[in-house]
Amino acid sequence: MMSFWRRVAQNRGAVIGFALLAVVILVALLAPLLYDQSPWRMVQRPFLPPMAVDGFWFGTDTLGRDIGAGLAYGAQVSLLIGLVSTVVALAIGVPLGAIAGYFGGWLDDALMRFTEFFQTIPSFALAIVIVAILEPSISSIVLAIALVSWPPVARLVRGEFLSLRSREYVQAAVLSGLTPPAIIFRQVLPNTISPIIVLASLMVASAILLESALSFLGLGDPNVVSWGYMIGAGRTVLRQAWWICVFPGVAILLTVLSLNLIGEGLNDAFNPRLARKGR
Amino acid sequence: MKIARYILSRFAKAIVVLLGIVVLNFCLIHAAPGDPAAVMAGEAGAADEIFLQQLREKFGLDQPFHVQLWNYVSGILQFDLGYSYRQEAPVLDLILDRLPATLLLTGSAFFISIGLGILAGAMAAVRVGSWADTAITTLALLFYATPLFWVALMGILLFSVQLGWLPAFGMETVGGGYTGFARWLDIAHHLILPALTLGLFFTAIYTRMARASMLETSGEDFVKTARAKGLTEGKITRRHVMRNAMLPVVTLAGLQAGQIVGGAVLTETVFAWPGIGRLMFDALLQRDYNLLLGVFLISSAMVLLFNLITDLIYLIVDPRIELAK
Repeated sequence: MMSFWRRVAQNRGAVIGFALLAVVILVALLAPLLYDQSPWRMVQRPFLPPMAVDGFWFGTDTLGRDIGAGLAYGAQVSLLIGLVSTVVALAIGVPLGAIAGYFGGWLDDALMRFTEFFQTIPSFALAIVIVAILEPSISSIVLAIALVSWPPVARLVRGEFLSLRSREYVQAAVLSGLTPPAIIFRQVLPNTISPIIVLASLMVASAILLESALSFLGLGDPNVVSWGYMIGAGRTVLRQAWWICVFPGVAILLTVLSLNLIGEGLNDAFNPRLARKGR
Repeated sequence: MKIARYILSRFAKAIVVLLGIVVLNFCLIHAAPGDPAAVMAGEAGAADEIFLQQLREKFGLDQPFHVQLWNYVSGILQFDLGYSYRQEAPVLDLILDRLPATLLLTGSAFFISIGLGILAGAMAAVRVGSWADTAITTLALLFYATPLFWVALMGILLFSVQLGWLPAFGMETVGGGYTGFARWLDIAHHLILPALTLGLFFTAIYTRMARASMLETSGEDFVKTARAKGLTEGKITRRHVMRNAMLPVVTLAGLQAGQIVGGAVLTETVFAWPGIGRLMFDALLQRDYNLLLGVFLISSAMVLLFNLITDLIYLIVDPRIELAK
């Protein structure tokens, strides 16, 4: 374990990723302290450029709301939705993949056809339809993102189970009379955990991108400020006030980038030999 | 003969998937909270009780579930996607009217991203560790993390507002009155920015894939053999490494086709491109569920079409594939 974290620490990208993510998490946690007023509140004159007035580093939007406050509170929403929807997607994908890979045969065939079906559907369009029909809210957004992002999990877990199921320790477990659920969850699953962690960190990143795109189109939860919503609202005044769109976009970019870097760093650290081959 | 059978089997599979999507569409209408008749009517102010009752009778909403499902599926098989009460036109007509614009946009983005991706990935892989490699991988990493709609807006800010090189919206100059070749040039001019922004995110994915795949292939035995035969490095790269390294990229491109179609919704919304993505956005604003689900169905069909095209490209790139099975 020690050498694992040492390998992560030697990966420049992963270190940058962890540092960036730490800043984003810190801003999200400290949002109520940094900005004690609601991000919806109009606090200055509209269209205030960045740095023009002390304390308003990022300027204000078309209604005089502080963009800095929107960025800080938006971080909470992005991280929350990214994390929860990934957990839900794992909860769907891991059992399906495990069952398909462990039992094989017709069950595997059926489950994989089902997974392929979901992979074929244009995921963003499906997410739009789900959120629109269920009415935009944090829970409908989480559900939509989870429903379109579980297939890669199922495929990954299935592949791992396929290669692990013929191992001796699994045969020993079968002979000792353990039930299939016990073997699946206690014996095999713990051995597939590292690729799942890597995939999960990349999934949080794409969930954040997906959420921002949904709220950009006006499908965000109307009760919370999100980065995508801010860009969508500032889009019509792009020519007069670039800062309304630019800053939230940079926030999304940095957050997603940090998670991608972490995912790659963990992947390299889990597979040190493969990683070196690529360099 | 084998090729015909291969294409036929792919086609049959696509049809089955399409039927699945039709059923899913039907279930989505019924998943909506409240009365499906109200969903179909949209939240139109005109949706009074008499109108809703008419809708229920027309679509048999008072009948058992399986009868409704059958009616819906057979309707779609007869190319009846329902009626948009908001736009006062059949959904299919609205979509067909907009489809060519979307096909042009997504098709351009699809080929731009595959072409640019393979090119950039190969350039990076040939000079591993050079500044060119670092620049390409860093750019790919950045674009991979950037929201599509934001790149679109920044593109407008830079190329339309600041530099004034490219038009910021629409597909043709309003009142331009161009005909023939001049009109096509005008459309191409409008296409550059949307197609590039839609393509860039995917270019980033394919670049990373192509680079990794090239590096892996160049370690294979047949490459050593080619080198031992005394072939030049350029020839080895082009004839042996590239051709094999392209396979996973093409596979991935097929899998990603759905994402490109989804991305079109964002791109068309930002650039006011008159395609079905923009239509979907309008349907969203007006809560026009019939139209929304129609666009969803047709865009799924488009993805299946792109998948078929990828299968055919695959066949050309690698004649061994699948035919053996």
